[in-house]
Amino acid sequence: MRMIISRATALCTASLAVFSLFFAHSAQTAKAAAGDQILIGLVTKTEVNPYFVKLRQAANAQAEKHGAKLIARFGKFDGDNEGQVAAVEDLISAGVKGILITPNNSTGMLGAIKKARDKGIVVIGLDTATDPPDAVDATLATDNFEAGVLQGQYARKALGDKTPKLAMLDGTPGGSVDTQRHDGFLKGFGIKEGDPAIVGKAITHGAQDEGQTQMENLLSAHPDINVVYTINEPAAEGAYAAIKSRGKTKDIVLTSIDGGKLGVEYVKAGKIAATVMQFPKIMATKGVDYVVDYVKTGKKPSGFINTGAMLITDKPYSGLSSKDTKWGLENCWGLNGLSSFSRFVAQVNEP
Amino acid sequence: MGTKATPGATEPEPMTVSAPARPKGGGLARFLTAPTIGPLVVLLAFCAVFSLSTRTFLAPGNLSLVVQQSVIVGTLAIGQTMIILTAGIDLANGGTAVLGTIVAGKLVAQEQNPVLSLLLMLVLCTGFGLTAGLLVSRLWLPPFIVTLGLLGIITAITRLIAQGGAFPVNDELLSWPGNAFAVGDTSVTYGMIIMFGLYVLVWYLLTQTAWGRHVYAIGNNREAARLVGIPVQSRLLSVYTFAGLLYGIGAWLALGRIPNADPNALQNANLDSITAVVIGGTSLFGGRGSLWGTLIGTLIVAVLRNGLTLTGIDPLWQDLVTGILVISAVALDQISRRRQR
Repeated sequence: MRMIISRATALCTASLAVFSLFFAHSAQTAKAAAGDQILIGLVTKTEVNPYFVKLRQAANAQAEKHGAKLIARFGKFDGDNEGQVAAVEDLISAGVKGILITPNNSTGMLGAIKKARDKGIVVIGLDTATDPPDAVDATLATDNFEAGVLQGQYARKALGDKTPKLAMLDGTPGGSVDTQRHDGFLKGFGIKEGDPAIVGKAITHGAQDEGQTQMENLLSAHPDINVVYTINEPAAEGAYAAIKSRGKTKDIVLTSIDGGKLGVEYVKAGKIAATVMQFPKIMATKGVDYVVDYVKTGKKPSGFINTGAMLITDKPYSGLSSKDTKWGLENCWGLNGLSSFSRFVAQVNEP
Repeated sequence: MGTKATPGATEPEPMTVSAPARPKGGGLARFLTAPTIGPLVVLLAFCAVFSLSTRTFLAPGNLSLVVQQSVIVGTLAIGQTMIILTAGIDLANGGTAVLGTIVAGKLVAQEQNPVLSLLLMLVLCTGFGLTAGLLVSRLWLPPFIVTLGLLGIITAITRLIAQGGAFPVNDELLSWPGNAFAVGDTSVTYGMIIMFGLYVLVWYLLTQTAWGRHVYAIGNNREAARLVGIPVQSRLLSVYTFAGLLYGIGAWLALGRIPNADPNALQNANLDSITAVVIGGTSLFGGRGSLWGTLIGTLIVAVLRNGLTLTGIDPLWQDLVTGILVISAVALDQISRRRQR
């Protein structure tokens, strides 16, 4: 027994020595650099989603440009409030001057955010607002209503003077982003909720398989559908499969919103007529700028700052500003065509 | 797990009823030779590395944070330790706690009595522990399958109740474990005290009572334990039920830490608690291990996460190091097991 214990201890000590060397080395460089370097914390929802990877890379690059150091942390899964709270607390301990955060839940982080702000740290929400919105100093995000309006305006123009028969493939009922995009689309399309032009609505959870099933069902019920709203591009991809198998690709204007690489490629391939792109890169770079600015001048940003939305299509209409898919592929946020589904789910989880 | 001890198994094993072989001697000697010593060395070494490499790790506020960040998994891991000591495993502990928070959170959101909501939360979690205990001890189903199935059921119920929403909890009683008081220049939350209190209580039960020795004996060799007259069924039932109560308390601590009942929370808590137990030196095959090791295991993971953030190192290293620690711990357990034969 004694022998085993001494072996165990020896093994632990040996492996620890290796780690210690590694950490001590990395930490020394960190410490050496940290003299009067500005430390900025970034806490994203997860690291599995290309949207947040893009956000982190952009923030990192911008921090380097300013000679600041970015410490990036993330939740382990959509809804990991505990992980995000711990990350914010650790960042406070680390002595950051500002924290950029995409909260997993709009109310879950309030306590930790308050702790940070009480210590004089500027806290900026990225992509997702907190509830109440003024829990953070400022929020940099897409105005999803305005983005929905762009989508609706395009759908109306593309339809021409045909009588609209609209199918709406929503995400999840009650989600804030979902509602804003949906309502924005209707405004841009020029109709109100309950208008007889809306022949059907369905819930897809932003997923491709459900998008396909629901579109199949809607087409069975209403073969005369000629324009489709989708909450994001995976849902649109599913809808496209249903439309194609019915041989109706020529008769239906399929539109989407989000702006992931995958989505832009669908537009390029002609599956989707147009999509509306959002810009996580701008959220990240502006967020870093604001923190650096705060350290230098003491000025904090405030309120909702819209990072804009852009219509992406290869079939532009006059009077609607848009960019083509070439520009879209250069400016989009996706990696390797992964879907934006998990991010979407995270967003609709806000009540 | 669990298979070797099915009734009628003929695997020859010594019929030990006492806790695993321990050298005789005073408390200190016993402590030093306990399986806890390896994990303790690891914990202290990480603390040493981070205190040398950062200026902030040893700040009293920071150390308090590390413990605060450990209370939920630390408490769930107490129940996990008891169950693993019986050669079982619990995949549903985090899910059970989340269901508790959702039920209590929704009730107080509807302005129901907070005391009753809290009690219902505890009773509900205990009830799911009881259910698992009945299935394991009466039908002799493998604990892995029982708790995997229960996790699915519990998660579904949670989502049916929550309907896609989360419930901010403003109630003073439900969020009480998160309240802090100052001790010197560090702050201590009631949640920390509850967790430490539970460790002392369960440590006492496991090591100083016949019940605890029975738990170890069942994990060592269930058939042997039955043959020497230990009431295996009722002991197993009590372990799972008690663990359920601990998960209910864990749910309360979770509401104290983040006063927001979120159906998506704590998805990894089951694996995190198993990680803590294993790093803490408890054998996944049952019958060997110490509760204090579990606390140390929990703290190792928390210290790593905190320390890596303070030094600004990519957090993915945390998962990598944790993975290595888990495998090393299990390897050590296997080596020492083989030597004992």
